[in-house]
Amino acid sequence: MSLAHTIETGLRSLLGHRLRSVLTTLGILFGVAAVIATVGIGQASSDSVTARITSLGTNLLTISSGSSVTGGVFGGAGSANTLTMADVSGLQDRQSAPDIQAVAPVTQGRASLVSTSGNWSTTVSGSTSGWLVTNSRTIGTGSFVSANDVATRAQVIVLGSTTASNLGVGVGDLVLVKQIPFEVIGVLAPAGSQGFGNQDDLAVVPITTAQDELFGGNGSVQRILLSATSASTVGSAYLEANQILLQTHHVTDPSAADFTITSQTQVLSTAQAVTQTLTILLASVAAISLLVGGIGVMNIMLVSVTERTSEIGLRKALGATPGDLFRQFVIEAGTLTALGGLLGVATGLAVGYIVPRAANIAVTITPLPVLTAVGVAVAVGLVFGVYPALRAARLAPIEALRA
Amino acid sequence: MAEAIAEVGAAAQSAEVASGLAPSAELIRLESITKVYGSGDAEVAALRSFSLNVTSGESVAVMGPSGSGKSTLMNILGCLDIPSSGRYWFAGQDVSRLNETELARVRNRRIGFVFQQFQLLPKLSAWRNVELPLLYRNVRNRRALALRALEQVGLSNRVDHRPTQLSGGQQQRVAIARALVTNPDLILADEPTGNLDTASSRDVLAVLRELNEQGRTIIVITHDPEVAPVARRTVHVRDGQLVDEVAA
Repeated sequence: MSLAHTIETGLRSLLGHRLRSVLTTLGILFGVAAVIATVGIGQASSDSVTARITSLGTNLLTISSGSSVTGGVFGGAGSANTLTMADVSGLQDRQSAPDIQAVAPVTQGRASLVSTSGNWSTTVSGSTSGWLVTNSRTIGTGSFVSANDVATRAQVIVLGSTTASNLGVGVGDLVLVKQIPFEVIGVLAPAGSQGFGNQDDLAVVPITTAQDELFGGNGSVQRILLSATSASTVGSAYLEANQILLQTHHVTDPSAADFTITSQTQVLSTAQAVTQTLTILLASVAAISLLVGGIGVMNIMLVSVTERTSEIGLRKALGATPGDLFRQFVIEAGTLTALGGLLGVATGLAVGYIVPRAANIAVTITPLPVLTAVGVAVAVGLVFGVYPALRAARLAPIEALRA
Repeated sequence: MAEAIAEVGAAAQSAEVASGLAPSAELIRLESITKVYGSGDAEVAALRSFSLNVTSGESVAVMGPSGSGKSTLMNILGCLDIPSSGRYWFAGQDVSRLNETELARVRNRRIGFVFQQFQLLPKLSAWRNVELPLLYRNVRNRRALALRALEQVGLSNRVDHRPTQLSGGQQQRVAIARALVTNPDLILADEPTGNLDTASSRDVLAVLRELNEQGRTIIVITHDPEVAPVARRTVHVRDGQLVDEVAA
């Protein structure tokens, strides 16, 4: 029998059992849709984490106090703040640290900002003029915190664009932070919101003012941000910073250091590993449902072979070879799963369209998981179609005719 | 392949003429066929050293009570099964040792079956049912051949009817058309009137007799003495052996 006729025969018999065909298809449909949707959500969160971290620049190093170094990226910030402004000036020495471009100490906390037209809670960072460079940001209007502002403990504040618009303030206006008046001297250019957080919702004040008036700390800082002169000098900048801090902290054994230096690339790879693991976890759950769908196809095909025993016998008597029947049943199974796969793609894409709009969860659908899911669905159909097809092909025509 | 095309051509040209074989040439030779089912103590011989010759153009009725081995004989004659020992020559070819695929090919090209239960596919119209064996040999003008076969059994006005819309006798005539459509060397009918009332039986037997008169070889397997007269020769089977032959 030619392939075209085999396909035609297979399709006719599927159309002959519409309800059953549709129900079988559903199993595959949801499997494929689940794979596409979960991988899409995983991809989107991975993208947003990556974008957020790389937007900070790959030449950024973060020094935090504390010594729990091993592998931890977010851990390690000890209870005692061992970093000081003296460390900051040490790191700013171009002689001993030629590969460090900018240094910015950070002491931050959440605070409520009050303007004449409203109030807004946000993250307030105390820092220096180095903050702009290390965070790869630019000023939109006005000016940023200057060295003079830091030296004079000026009560000035720079706002993110979202914060400024929420407070309804601009350059020259006053805002109260913990009852203390600050003059808005600048608004940052928007950086856009990326995934979890809004990078335009923040405020920066001189570090000295933050220490004295807002968060205390008495000359110590929570973190120090460093940016290397370029992405290729991050390694040497790391060594230089490590050397300087070991000296100023009088630490002789490097493994007993009371600070931790992390690079953005480390953070990035860890974050990516985490989201990747999550994506794989979700996708495997989805893949299992695809497998279950495949077993459903096999069940139905076995039922179909049993139910159509006499048809198989008749076809054999009329001259169908075992190969003809094998192909017919494999094609039937393959058609069911291919159809389920295609409808699954449509459902998956629909989920990718609806979910971001309904639930504010980003979904990024790329061709690879879509193609893989359909490919796997068809493969599942063929694999699980083989056993029933073999049963059909092996039926003895006489037995089959008597059934 | 060339053989297949030639055969198809012949089928297309002359659906009325029996086969490529010359009349009175030997079509079937069974040489001491034995068929044994089961093994060891459960061994049962359904056919014992059974021999039979059928010439092209003959009509033969195989009669016997149930359990006589006539179903086994039908399976072997129809190349649905192979004998445990002995030789079966069909149109000059030894078919007693063929594998499943080769047997399927012989059934498709040389044998037309008519079953007691009609065995029509309920979802297909009459002509689609008749077309079935042609699908397994890649013939092009299947509809035309199917319509011609239906015309031969007098069902030209029922081609698009489904089996459920036809009477028993009409269904069996569709089945005969399906057996005819490939222009086979042999039409093998297994209790063709077993499920029919008297009038329909007469109808179906008339069609079979007419086909034989046109030169087609027909073997009818039956336990019904009313059916046997359709054939010019009757053979009796009992306990897996040929007991006597009666020429009508």
